[in-house]
Amino acid sequence: MNIYVCIKQVPDTEASILVKEGRSINETNVKWIISPYDEYAIEEALKLKEKLSGSKVTALCLGPERVQNALRTALAMGVDAAVHIDGGAALDAQGTARALAHVIRSDKEFGVTFLGRQAIDDDACQVHLLLAEELAIPAATNVLAFACDGQKVRVEREIGGGTREVIEMSVPCVVAAAKGLNTPRYASMMGIMKAKKIEIRRVALAETGVDEAQNKVRLLKLSAPAEKPQGRMIPGEPAEAVRELVRLLREEAKVL
Amino acid sequence: MAKIGLYIELKDGVFKKSNRELLSLARKGDHAVHAVIFCADVRPYLEELQGVQTVIQVSGADLSYQPDRYACTLATIIEEFQLDACCAIYSAQGKDLFPRLAAKIKSGLVSDCLSVDLEKRQALKPVYSGKLLAEYQVEGGRALFTVRPNVVPVTPAAGGQPEVKSASLHDGEPRTRIVQVMQSAAQKVDLTEAEIIVSGGRAMKAQENFCLLEDMARVLDAGVGASRAAVDAGFASADMQVGQTGKVVNPKLYVACGISGAIQHFVGMKTSKVIVAINKDPEAPIFKKADYGIVGDLFTVLPLLKEELKKALG
Repeated sequence: MNIYVCIKQVPDTEASILVKEGRSINETNVKWIISPYDEYAIEEALKLKEKLSGSKVTALCLGPERVQNALRTALAMGVDAAVHIDGGAALDAQGTARALAHVIRSDKEFGVTFLGRQAIDDDACQVHLLLAEELAIPAATNVLAFACDGQKVRVEREIGGGTREVIEMSVPCVVAAAKGLNTPRYASMMGIMKAKKIEIRRVALAETGVDEAQNKVRLLKLSAPAEKPQGRMIPGEPAEAVRELVRLLREEAKVL
Repeated sequence: MAKIGLYIELKDGVFKKSNRELLSLARKGDHAVHAVIFCADVRPYLEELQGVQTVIQVSGADLSYQPDRYACTLATIIEEFQLDACCAIYSAQGKDLFPRLAAKIKSGLVSDCLSVDLEKRQALKPVYSGKLLAEYQVEGGRALFTVRPNVVPVTPAAGGQPEVKSASLHDGEPRTRIVQVMQSAAQKVDLTEAEIIVSGGRAMKAQENFCLLEDMARVLDAGVGASRAAVDAGFASADMQVGQTGKVVNPKLYVACGISGAIQHFVGMKTSKVIVAINKDPEAPIFKKADYGIVGDLFTVLPLLKEELKKALG
């Protein structure tokens, strides 16, 4: 099966994010990583490849030059090929989905496409479902369990309070990973060496026929949220402190 | 005057309380509000929907949630009633349904909104896990928004009885088919919509000790959450994780027990209206972010707190 995994490069979860000129972030000193949910997507793609002999995993990533590092990491984990869609940092979710679909569709035998359920930068939670609609194929999001026999896919997804939906779909389809689906592997030294020799295919955004002028959602402004004022420590012996806490929650904060 | 559609979400036939936030949001302007509700009988919900201009009741042989059918039905309704903008709750279902709908009607969607200006089609949403806020404009076509639970102040329903119109469920073969819904044995509170959450970290020491939190949660009718450290240590299940790679929660009260307050956790609960921290370490970063803090051993403090809450709420 020709398996695809779409990844996004995002600032490290520890990074403090500062606004630059109203609509972008200050990238100085930002460490870039593969969005954590996309790591689950890569792992599941690799597991599927190991199960279905003759399979191949291709990773796609959209963005500027620096995203080649994210693709190298995916290759080192065991992905076979990588495509860098060059540009498109300011595309909206639908533009991103169309650009990804353009590349996937050029393979007449595309099978399952994996993504993370959301990227931890814009937190839009949309691209995976938009991609599936663009390709006119089924999709499941927030997936915690995945099984595939080559033709049929069965997944479980959490819908809140621990309740799960079981979904059946046919291949080709889109699967968006949640935490809990698997434990992503680390790249081995051999994987890292091998990855260095693989050529990353570059596709200019213009070739996909998508551009930012078609955006339906436009970013007006980024801002830092208001800081919470420093809270209050409640002193005293535990029994006394607890009594005071409950009083404050009822009388001052009025949340009980 | 804009024509606004609201997707009213039912859970096992029960009117979700966050629907009231959507209704309150739509009531703020001078809009013609259309509430779309998938059910066999709309009457039990009409009191909640007072003041809405039109209730569109979608009926069909099997109304169980199937994303493709629901999205196609909503697309048809939006076209037929010429709705300018549509809102849904940013719930598990809203997250699954609205992006599909956005693709079908080729319109822009802003998800997880903290506020929405329906007239201007602008919305504010958290990005970078809430480290920043982004203001978006939806251009052209229709505008779609999903709204985070517990952010819109609820105003009471008032006004005349809505006109009820009917629509039929799209009956095409769904590409994606939900074949089963498995209820969790514990029937836990959905954290993303919970009003009160008590949460435990690594200092809970063991899975058994989470019963301290569960006992307190029962008194408060709260959900039980956990930090990533507690989940990774096996004390709590992944669906309980609050934070960057878990759930983003927004309760009115969040009680963090034995949680140090790493940024990954904080970004998942920082919009809670009131944060209480209980931790042995007076230097724990969580105290800088809490409204009220108690330094103490949680195995001493939690049982006392439970009893005190029982007395106060009893």
